[in-house]
Amino acid sequence: MRQEKNNIFLNIDWLLILLYFLLVGFGWMNIYAASSSDTSQGGILDLSTRYGKQLIWITLSIPLIIFILFFNAKFYERFSSILYLASIISLIGLFLFGRNINGATSWYNFGGVGLQPSEFAKAFTALALAKLMSDRQYNLKLLKNQVKAFIVIFLPAFFIALQPDMGSVLIYFSFFFVLNREGLTLAYLILGTLAILIFVTIIYFGDSWVYLFCFSLITIYILYRFYKDKQFFQFNALKVVLTYFTTGFFILSMSFVYNNVLEKHQKDRFDVLLGRTKDLRNKGYNTYQAELTISSGNFLGKGYLQGDRTQGNFVPEQDTDYIFSTVGEEWGFLGSSIVIILFMLLLYRIIFLAETHTNKFGRIYGYGIASILFFHVIVNIGMVIGILPTVGIPLPFFSYGGSGLWGFTLLLFIFIRLDAHKQYDW
Amino acid sequence: MKRSFLLVFLITLVGFIYIGRLFQLQIIRGGNSNPVQSAAVKIEYDYPERGYIYDRKGKLLVANQLSYDVMIIPKEVNSLDTIQFCDLLKITKKDFIRRVKKAEKYARWLPSVFVKQLAKGDFAFLQEKLHKFKGFYIQKRIIRNYPINSAANVLGYISEVNERVAKNTSYYEQGELIGWWGVEKEYEKELRGLKGKKHLKRNNLNKVTGAYKNGIYDTLAINGNDLTLTIDSELQQYGEKLMTGKRGGIVAIEPSSGEILALITAPSYDPNMMVGRKRSKNSVRLFGDTINNPTYDRGLQGAYSPGSPFKIINGLIGLQEEVIDEKFYVKCKHGYRYGKRKNEVMGCHCGIVNRPIRIKKAIAKSCNSYFATVYRKVIDKYKKTDDGFNTWSNHVKSFGLGNYLGYDLPVGQKGFIPNAKFYNDWYKFGWGPTTNISNAIGQGEISTTPIQLANATVAIANKGIYYTPHIVKKVNTNSIKNPKFTTPKKTTIDPKHFPVVIDAMHEVFKTGTGKYSQVKGIEICGKTGTVENYTRINGKKVKLEDHSILIAFAPKDNPKIALAVFVENGGYGSTIAAPITSLMIEKYLNDSIGRKHIEERMINLSLKETYNKQLQNLDSLETGKK
Repeated sequence: MRQEKNNIFLNIDWLLILLYFLLVGFGWMNIYAASSSDTSQGGILDLSTRYGKQLIWITLSIPLIIFILFFNAKFYERFSSILYLASIISLIGLFLFGRNINGATSWYNFGGVGLQPSEFAKAFTALALAKLMSDRQYNLKLLKNQVKAFIVIFLPAFFIALQPDMGSVLIYFSFFFVLNREGLTLAYLILGTLAILIFVTIIYFGDSWVYLFCFSLITIYILYRFYKDKQFFQFNALKVVLTYFTTGFFILSMSFVYNNVLEKHQKDRFDVLLGRTKDLRNKGYNTYQAELTISSGNFLGKGYLQGDRTQGNFVPEQDTDYIFSTVGEEWGFLGSSIVIILFMLLLYRIIFLAETHTNKFGRIYGYGIASILFFHVIVNIGMVIGILPTVGIPLPFFSYGGSGLWGFTLLLFIFIRLDAHKQYDW
Repeated sequence: MKRSFLLVFLITLVGFIYIGRLFQLQIIRGGNSNPVQSAAVKIEYDYPERGYIYDRKGKLLVANQLSYDVMIIPKEVNSLDTIQFCDLLKITKKDFIRRVKKAEKYARWLPSVFVKQLAKGDFAFLQEKLHKFKGFYIQKRIIRNYPINSAANVLGYISEVNERVAKNTSYYEQGELIGWWGVEKEYEKELRGLKGKKHLKRNNLNKVTGAYKNGIYDTLAINGNDLTLTIDSELQQYGEKLMTGKRGGIVAIEPSSGEILALITAPSYDPNMMVGRKRSKNSVRLFGDTINNPTYDRGLQGAYSPGSPFKIINGLIGLQEEVIDEKFYVKCKHGYRYGKRKNEVMGCHCGIVNRPIRIKKAIAKSCNSYFATVYRKVIDKYKKTDDGFNTWSNHVKSFGLGNYLGYDLPVGQKGFIPNAKFYNDWYKFGWGPTTNISNAIGQGEISTTPIQLANATVAIANKGIYYTPHIVKKVNTNSIKNPKFTTPKKTTIDPKHFPVVIDAMHEVFKTGTGKYSQVKGIEICGKTGTVENYTRINGKKVKLEDHSILIAFAPKDNPKIALAVFVENGGYGSTIAAPITSLMIEKYLNDSIGRKHIEERMINLSLKETYNKQLQNLDSLETGKK
């Protein structure tokens, strides 16, 4: 143990730290560009401006990092349950002490500083899940264990859904990659993908066509089996009926979700993405402006602080969820591709390091945060470049917001701490 | 490692898809977008002054004047003394409310025109009190001003660019001014100059936040070029005066250069009618007048049968084809018999019966028989009628007839000179020179515009050479160098054949049909014409009063002016067209009129009654049939 303490800064992964500071630094430059139209007298540290506030958060993240690295790696494993419980309590506490902003109760207010517990809950959920699954007795083939994992994952998601903050809820589905890595059958992922496919088809063609298509597909398959084996029905009658029944139920529930559960603005977002509405002033305004702004960047971009569409505040939320549009305009294809590549490198590196862990806990945690970051990047950039529907979640390390930045810093540096310790774990 | 494959694969896949999408957005879609055509860039224009237009002697014809529009920004309008404001603008309260609503409907935070083109006096009053009325301001605009009420058809007018033009051109935006007719249209690019552009940054609230990229894309306005026309405005005005009460056109050209000295159409209008507050009312009135057609340029667009003047060209073709010479003669017996049946005779009023008529006399006396004979001889010279007729047709076309001349004004008519194919298509049976013998005397199928006739006169006066007529002499101080207007064109007639014809035309004004319109000291050569014309009413041919026509040039040697005069339904060429021609020539060459009584008679002579009667007759014929 003594030996380890001495070597902590020798064993940490400097590549991850480099990537972290690259992303955070470049992110702040873009926040500065996107919010520099704020009137400022006090330079870059002016606390009345967004970029000034963000710089404070970034500066304060350095003591946070030291704090995180200061703890022993075993601490995170031992106290994971307590940290998890604390985050659940903080989520529940929102309904008593939280502040309602834009229709969602997601914030605590400490003397003018807002804190968003859901940003921290992700890291602690990943810890708790790693703790649960690293148990030697744990086997994901058993349904009982699967349910346990689902509870750990979806308990915080449930409280976040009540705020409501659907974008953050979506992130919790990324843990399926972890479960899959640890042996969960692929059926869940396939089923999920199928659900999305059917969902989109329902929006596009209406449910009657989907029924028709799915049932005919199944019928053809059954007839084919019957043709091969005349006794097919004798052994599979129940299965056939069940297949029809579940398929019907599946489609029914999908169309129910679209028609009854989704709110008007959420439906609109799908319509915009699928090109079913051309209303560019209201429903599709964000996406339309973001696409235009990115397109105008061309290959090299217009230059730092030269993005006239960014300076003109044409894209709503351009320093938070739509920060990537500023990258696209001012840094062009080159800059925005580099950002994507940086994220890819970060993710590859985390997965690579996680796989080198002999300790299950570290591996699962690493895999968990890779999945979370991956989901954030896909959903956020996909939304800005008009590939995915509008979902309000931040771009890790880039978007304006202290809780977000600290949440991701926590996420990453716990892993770096665990990783630095791995050679002592046997 | 195997189990981590799915996530690594997905990360790679998504990475590639997203970079591909960025490529599509930024390189493919963004690559052909113009950086300054962005919602974030506001372009403000600085309008240059439009070029002035002068006549050939430097007299100002078209200038600019300031006009003042009252603008409104509805959002900034506060409570105001409506009654006083309406008083100042001379509008009613109801009108005021209507205008405010209209502006609000357009955009609450953008300026729109509240009252257009204030009178100067109103402007002075308003300017003093305007500070009381928040949300209103005055915007200066430059509009045209015409110091002389003349030549509206030549000068044309400017008009606001409509949506269609704005869409199809890259220079203009809706509501800007563009030359719409006449010289203003033809020389739009010279006159307009280049508008200056200022690029400003603006934000999502449409608020300007400063210069875009420190103005590297900005350009300065360049003023338009001044034009000097070939028109002699005194002659032009004089011609317009002579044509009062008549319909028709006068085209005068300087033979040595092809410069158009006067281009008169009657009736016309005051060019100032197309400027100012009453403009839209006036334009409806002008363009809606289908009886007088004041916007129809008869000098350029009126295609009529040329009548007797055409005989000169026929005579020249006869000489060139060597089917006749100066000694060749015809004996006229009150007409020309072209068929065996009793009515197949073309009448002739030359008055010389059974005595030999040679070319000089034939022109001077306008003998139909002589030219019918020549026409027939030209065509019969060739074995095939087609060849003969096409030869004749090509000779005629070499005088600039039957097609657009290529002058620098935007309107015109081709006129018509038939060729063999035309008659082959028309007549299923065989046809010969006798079928269309009327062509010999300028009737029948051929038609020409006054400017074409004036140009043909130039060709005769110059002994076979003419320059494409044109209306602009100088751009700023530089004479036009367009080779189209400076290289001579040749007719297919040998120069040696012209003197005899010119002598004959001289004779017309000495002893022939123009002898009462002689001017002392000026040797005029010309040829009168009386053109029959018909109209169809309910499918029936109705004969109308003859058109009076004349071509002439003067002096005989070194001609300074050539012209064609056309008066609709004016009767004999010698009674109206000849005196007008001689007055025009006298005015141009002597600058003063010696024959005041003729001048007075011509100015006062009005054909209004003839036109009214004709209209009534046609009306009654039309309704009578119904």
